[in-house]
Formats: sequence, structure tokens, C-alpha cells
Amino acid sequence: MSLIINGVAVAPPADPRVSLLDHLRETLHLTGTKKGCNQGACGACTVLADGERILSCLALAVQYDGRSITTIEGVGQAGALHPLQQAFIDHDGFQCGYCTPGQICSALGMMMEAKRGLPSNVTSDLTAAVTLDRAEVQERMSGNLCRCGAHNGIIDAIRLSVEAAA
Amino acid sequence: MTPFDYARAGDVADALRMGAIEGTAFLGGGTNLVDLMRETVARPARLIDVSGLSDRIEETPDGGLRIGAGVRNTALAEHAAVRSRYPVLARAILAGASAQIRNMATVGGNLLQRTRCTYFYDTDGSRCNKRVVGSGCDARGGFNRIHAVLGASDACVATHPSDMCVALAALDAVVQVEGPAGARAIAFDAFHRLPGDRPDLDTILAPGELIVAVELPANPLAAHSTYRKVRDRASYAFALISVAAALSIEEGRIADVRIAFGGVAHKPWRAVKAEAALKGQVPDDALFRAAAAAEFADAQPLRDNGFKPLLAQRTLAAVLGELTTGAAA
Ligand SMILES: Cc1cc2nc3c(=O)[nH]c(=O)nc-3n(C[C@H](O)[C@H](O)[C@H](O)COP(=O)(O)OP(=O)(O)OC[C@H]3O[C@@H](n4cnc5c(N)ncnc54)[C@H](O)[C@@H]3O)c2cc1C
Ligand code: SF4
Ligand code: FES
Ligand code: FES
Repeated sequence: MSLIINGVAVAPPADPRVSLLDHLRETLHLTGTKKGCNQGACGACTVLADGERILSCLALAVQYDGRSITTIEGVGQAGALHPLQQAFIDHDGFQCGYCTPGQICSALGMMMEAKRGLPSNVTSDLTAAVTLDRAEVQERMSGNLCRCGAHNGIIDAIRLSVEAAA
Repeated sequence: MTPFDYARAGDVADALRMGAIEGTAFLGGGTNLVDLMRETVARPARLIDVSGLSDRIEETPDGGLRIGAGVRNTALAEHAAVRSRYPVLARAILAGASAQIRNMATVGGNLLQRTRCTYFYDTDGSRCNKRVVGSGCDARGGFNRIHAVLGASDACVATHPSDMCVALAALDAVVQVEGPAGARAIAFDAFHRLPGDRPDLDTILAPGELIVAVELPANPLAAHSTYRKVRDRASYAFALISVAAALSIEEGRIADVRIAFGGVAHKPWRAVKAEAALKGQVPDDALFRAAAAAEFADAQPLRDNGFKPLLAQRTLAAVLGELTTGAAA
């Protein structure tokens, strides 16, 4: 078997200790995905596994053998940005940019979750359709910290992208 | 991380056979175990990946739900029957960790996640009876704001960190286990242990035993239930205090009630004394506070966590207030 990274089949590491994050960065040199805490606390390492957002620092690469992983490199490229990447630029969704790849992958996963109707901790009616108001986006993105404090711009960028896509 | 071998279990029999070998640990989503291995708190020689075992949620003949151990936390909170018939469970899950972690975490792994006592993690500098039995407990005389006020021992004052498990305790869930000695069903309240003099043992599971499912019995109360978590920040933090509650009112009185607290003990704390104080009574704020006071009468606060009994009382009063005015679902 193999890992599918941004559509390309890649061998899993021989050593099962290697995290998906280290496999991406050190072996495949896909350094867009960032290492913040390496213990699940910051969200900088967020990638999509079969479209679901996960933390690559807590994922053993071997466990994701056979799964399809999308990193920020698979979301868009220079000159061909994803609309959400453009929205982060337009609405000051970052300062240093270190948390940004994780924020963007996380937001893409979050939008799919909301579309499916997954409630959050601040949803009052668990069975109603989800409206991504500010409080909802804030709660759903709480797994991604920004040390520069660009959270307001991040929330604006995500909300305006959701509106534009609707 | 200490080197280990990795294999995927194809089915339960496969998992049990491979899990019977000494030094083996089962791997769920890895969100707790990988972290503990990186810190060398856990040093298994082999990991058997059971995250691909049953991820089904099925109706049981008696009107309850059977949840496969491999069901992801997100999938459980998202399930239509859980949202409508067991809202306390959906809310407890959604109050825990972050969306990314909930997407990875399995039901089996959530039950067996280990304490967040920082001394437990600190292999270099701290004594911890949960990590090394008999070495001492640096939390007892140290920083113990997040620690237990009920059911602790001289050996260990840690709390169980799970939100989901607090709801499962209130819902009288049953843990279905298979192991070298066969299958057994364990009542949720009996599943996690108090620390006593063996704080290294979080649960009554025997070596090699595998969680295969969690069953929720049919419960007419459960549709009228909720979860409230108090923590240091609005999201993505462990509970200082949490309350899971379900209740029914008949002719102006509390006909039946289920309550469990999180953040207070080594296990999710089913509040039988508070339940007894509430049953048959006319609901009001003074009653709710008296019920919490009954539950926490034997509380033994430590240096930094003396706020917990009062915070638990206020949180319970708020939750029951919400449920009795019908505002919550
Ligand atoms: C930053 C951070 C914040 C968090 N915040 C919260 C929070 O606020 N509230 C909360 O409740 N949780 C929180 N968590 C914890 C999270 O919920 C747990 O890590 C998760 O539920 C564990 O599930 P898993 O499948 O990843 O388990 P794993 O890490 O894979 O395993 C955990 C344990 O369970 C064992 N195991 C797994 N499956 C089985 C099985 N089927 N049978 C027998 N043994 C098994 C493993 O051997 C291991 O000992 C947080 C975690 C992190 C990293
Ligand atoms: S409270 Fe328990 S887990 Fe924490 S240091 Fe003491 S023995 Fe270890
Ligand atoms: S690097 Fe993975 S959560 Fe911080
Ligand atoms: S932009 Fe610097 S950490 Fe978020």
C-alpha cells in the first residue's frame, strides 16, 4: 500500500515511529505543513485525510497508509491560489504566516463539516442546519491557535469565503 | 520514542491474538497514546491498530444504541439518534478537545485516555505513582488546581479528563469487552477505578482485553439532557468542572434524574447522593444547591482546588435550572 499525498502515491516510512508531519516535512520536503507544539495543542500541523481535518503531529504515518492526504501544497500554488488563500490575503488573516497552512486546511475541513450539519459546542439546536455566524466559526476554529493574534482577520476571511461560495 | 512494531488488526479475533503478547498496546486514533509514547510515559513494544474495527452505530432490540469502539468522536456526536435521543452525549463530545482531535479520536481510546496531571507527563523531574508505582505523588503537595476533590487517595489525586465519559456515566452505558478469557459487559460506573493504592490502573480492564463497543440503554430521560463544562478558556481546554444531567418532571416534581460530574475525581463521578436528594422534590434553585452540597459533603480539597465544590454546586444549579425551565434540549 501507499499514502496518497496530494494525489501522488508515496511509500510509508520504514520506521513506524515517524509521524505523518515528519514524513511530510523531512522525507517528502513538503514543508508547508508546520510543526508548532508537536503535541496536539496548536493546530499548525493540520492536514486533510480523505477530506477530514486531522493533526499530523499526533498521526503515525503508517496508520494513514492507504489514505488520501491533502496538505497546503495540494490546496493551491503561487499564481493559482485557492479562493480561501486569497481571502486570507485580502482580510489580513495572518501576520507571520506560520499558523496559516494549518488554519486554511482546518477551515476547509470545517466548511465541509458545517455543510453536513455537524453541530458545535455553541450550536443551540443540535438538530437544525448550521449557520456559520461569528461565534460558530470562532468555536469551530478553536483548534488552531495564532500566536500573532490574527484571529479576527482569520474569521473574516473564512466567513466571507463561505458567503461567496453560497 | 522507544522503537516498536506496528500491525493492523483485521478483526477482533486478530486483535485479541496479537494483543495477548506482553508489551502490546492497542492503538485507536493515537491522539493520547502517540503523545504519551513521545514523552516515554508509555513504551509499548508493539502497537496493534484497532482503529479500523467496528465503526458502526446500530439500534439495539431494546431501543438503545450500540456504538462500535472504532467510531470516531465526531461521527458519534453527529449521529442523528444521538443528537435527538441522547443530546447530553453529543454536547459532551463537542465540548472536548478540538475538531481535528475529535475527527481522529475513537470511542475506545476516549474511554482509556489518561490523566492530564502534568507530573504524570514529566518523566524527567517528577515523582508519580501512576507512572511508577511507589515513587510518590508530586501533585499532592504541588500544583493541584485541576486535581480531584472526591474519591482520591494518598497515592494519587488525579482526575479523569474525558468529557464524553461523564455523559456515558449519566446514561448508564455498558462497556462491551472481549479478551483472552472471553467476553464481558461492564457497567460504566464500574469501568473506571478510584486510585486507592494502585493509581497505575485507571480501569478494571485486564491485560489484552479489547473494548469492542459501548451500549446505551433506552432511556426516556435522555432526550431531555444536557452537558455543561467550565474551563479556563471558552474552547479547547480540559474541564475544571463539568456536569452531565438528564431529568423528567411529572406533576411539578422531579420524577427521575441522572447526574454525573467531570473534573472532580479519578473517574467520571456519578452523583447518586445528589440524585437521591432531587427525586420526588419540587425543583428550585435551593434544592439544586442542596443536592450538590450533599454530593460534595465529603469533598477533600487540596491547596489549589478549593473552588471546585462551590463551582460544581453553581454549575449543577445552572444546568438543572436550564433543564427544568425546558430551555435546554
Ligand atoms: C490538546 C488536546 C486537548 C484535549 N482536550 C480534551 C478535552 O477537552 N476533553 C476530552 O474529553 N478529551 C480531550 N482530549 C483527549 C482526547 O479526547 C483523547 O486523546 C482521545 O479521546 C483518545 O482517543 P484515541 O482513539 O486517539 O486514543 P489512543 O490515543 O489511540 O489510545 C488511548 C488509549 O486507549 C487504548 N485503546 C484504544 N482503543 C482501544 C480499544 N478498542 N480497546 C482497548 N484499548 C484501547 C490505547 O491502548 C491507549 O492506552 C484532548 C487531547 C489533546 C491532545
Ligand atoms: S496525582 Fe496521580 S497522576 Fe498526578 S503525580 Fe500524583 S500519582 Fe501521578
Ligand atoms: S504541531 Fe500538531 S497540534 Fe501543534
Ligand atoms: S500568523 Fe503568526 S502565528 Fe498566526
